[in-house]
Amino acid sequence: MIYTQSPLAIGLFIFFVLFVLGLSFYLSRRASSAEGYYAAGGNIHWATNGIAFAGDYLSAASFLGICGMIATAGYDGWMYSIGYLAGWIVALFLVAEPMKRLGKYTFTDALDSKFNSKSIQLMAAISTLLVSVFYLIPQMVGAGVLVQPLLGLPHWVGVCIVGVVVTLIVATAGMASTTYVQFFKGGMLLIMSTVLVGLVLFRGLSTTPADNNGTSYHDFKILHADSSMVIKEAGYSVIAGTNSEFGKQGFVKLTKDGLESIWKIAESGTGYTLEETLFVTKMADGTKLFNGATAEEGKFFPIGHIKELQINGEEVAATGAVGPLAFLSAIKDSTIVLWGKKYIKVGDETTTVYYQKPTPGARILRPGLKFKVDNATGVQRFNFISLMLALFCGTAALPHILIRYYTVPSQAAARKSTIVAIAAIGFFYVLTLFMGMGAMTSGVINITDNNMSAPLLALSFGFVMFSVISSLAFATVLGTVSGLIVAASGAIAHDLMDNFLGMKMSDHGKVRAGKISAVIIGCIAIYLGIVFEGMNVSFLVGWAFAVAASANLPAILMLLFWKRTTAKGIAASIFIGLTSSLGLILVSPDMWVRYGNLPSEAPVQFNSPALISIPLSFLALVIVSMMTQKDVIIGHGTEVA
Amino acid sequence: MGHGPAVKLGKDEASGYKTKLGVKMFVVYTLVYGAFVLLNAMNPKVMEASIFGQTAAVIWGFGLIILALIMALVYNRLCTKAEQQLNS
Repeated sequence: MIYTQSPLAIGLFIFFVLFVLGLSFYLSRRASSAEGYYAAGGNIHWATNGIAFAGDYLSAASFLGICGMIATAGYDGWMYSIGYLAGWIVALFLVAEPMKRLGKYTFTDALDSKFNSKSIQLMAAISTLLVSVFYLIPQMVGAGVLVQPLLGLPHWVGVCIVGVVVTLIVATAGMASTTYVQFFKGGMLLIMSTVLVGLVLFRGLSTTPADNNGTSYHDFKILHADSSMVIKEAGYSVIAGTNSEFGKQGFVKLTKDGLESIWKIAESGTGYTLEETLFVTKMADGTKLFNGATAEEGKFFPIGHIKELQINGEEVAATGAVGPLAFLSAIKDSTIVLWGKKYIKVGDETTTVYYQKPTPGARILRPGLKFKVDNATGVQRFNFISLMLALFCGTAALPHILIRYYTVPSQAAARKSTIVAIAAIGFFYVLTLFMGMGAMTSGVINITDNNMSAPLLALSFGFVMFSVISSLAFATVLGTVSGLIVAASGAIAHDLMDNFLGMKMSDHGKVRAGKISAVIIGCIAIYLGIVFEGMNVSFLVGWAFAVAASANLPAILMLLFWKRTTAKGIAASIFIGLTSSLGLILVSPDMWVRYGNLPSEAPVQFNSPALISIPLSFLALVIVSMMTQKDVIIGHGTEVA
Repeated sequence: MGHGPAVKLGKDEASGYKTKLGVKMFVVYTLVYGAFVLLNAMNPKVMEASIFGQTAAVIWGFGLIILALIMALVYNRLCTKAEQQLNS
């Protein structure tokens, strides 16, 4: 699919970049001390910090990924929103105030507050770096992916722009500039998403999606054939019939005016009904054809429409402007056309066929289209529960989120900023449902890349909305990446160099170490963003959540709520949580496919490890702590002395 | 060692009360969230039922988000009250 480059989007992005850079240089004098650089001086207002939390947390995965998933899989995409938000309850009720009370610049400080243990400093720093890098790679790749279709620039340019800008933001004013970048980004994301949802509701639902950027929605045709597969409509001839590889999968390949097309067949009376599909053919030389033509020829269409629209039991063509509840209610009672996918291999060519699947709205607005929960096996249910556990436990253990607790002046401010974050993020996640369902029914989805659903939904309202939402997508990447770089540079300069290695540094030296670390992490981020080009690395965000939930949360909670916790217990808990979650991920079906094997051959049959790795991490902490109780007495004596 | 808060914090006499309250409220929310997850995992068809014109799944989803906000506000109210009483 080809997107149109928008000068307005470029202009808005340049404006935002210049604005945040100007702000960073303005705030740079605040970052002359270690407190200023790592914790923004600890005097950020709780309301500002709350919105900055939202700006930090709502990454491209939330904005683009969840909207795209809802647009193609309905409620299952929204399950991520619900799980992510629930994670903030763990942060508020259990973690927020103790984090503020115990820590200084990094979450390692809080874990190590009672012990001064080298093993905790090392393990927690490694965990912070791993989680931050797992999170960083998809953001950087996402920056490159966004820049290609929207600004017409190569992937590496997008990665470099984001990498350089973010490194400058962090290296000039550390947490102070990062906070305000995240605050502006979070605020803009909430405002513009609200506007977009308002436009969706004002337009209402229709069985004929509105013109998209001057192009009317493609009319997917239905053909008829007799029992000998002779097409009744003129001009079509069969080139791969029911006995071909296509036929075995329920499709036939036709040609008309020299252009090939693939149709889904269904028996009807004495003949067949043929329904138009979309297809992508990967040729032997690696080139791709979209509906039998190159992408530039524009034969591949956006999708997403309502087959039957019902309101109060009556079938209508359009609803007109509707309220939010009436919008969802109308979708529930209607039939929406979703799209299935099948792979067909003929010789060296692989064809991916996308075919229509009319689905009742009530089925879309409940779980089960993406997650296998209907008539599921025990392992499938385990996998679903494990994922929801990782989402619930991961938020309160993400290092780049936890460091935000050090930027406010008091425990009460830490608590209040978390509540602002819950309100802002909760509201945004409600909006994702409407943006996703809006895209699903507005004929805007690029079925080969549903991540673009939100910007393309905006395009259906004109270039201005498209430009604003596109530049916002860039801002989203900037805000999250800057938080990740602060967290990672803190792990290197503060946890490893200052605490673990015991390098004696002046206050100014600590700031310089932080800035140099930020530049190094920024360069690594750019490198990783470029080398991972073309790979679908969104799964790494899932890794970050699973690893954070398994390695960090048990250690944080047990330190706070179990008095017999020892330093060795915490280090063992992080190590076991880290290795068990990563190990299980590496032998999971999702990874097995990436190694070129069949998923059914994977050593374990679930993808989400949290339900095993979190209890293991708790267990390791309890066992090792019980075995090392002697150390507590010695440690206590040393501290007292 | 470089630990301890970056800014000087006053002694918080309400800390114990807030911790206990936080744990209690966490347990309540976790039970509701756990019920939601288990219901979806074990009997997802129930979530298709119509309640007030919406699917049960949508009602649960909005309910969990609104419940999080309400509990957060109640928690803050009680914590602030305890801080005013015990730290004055």
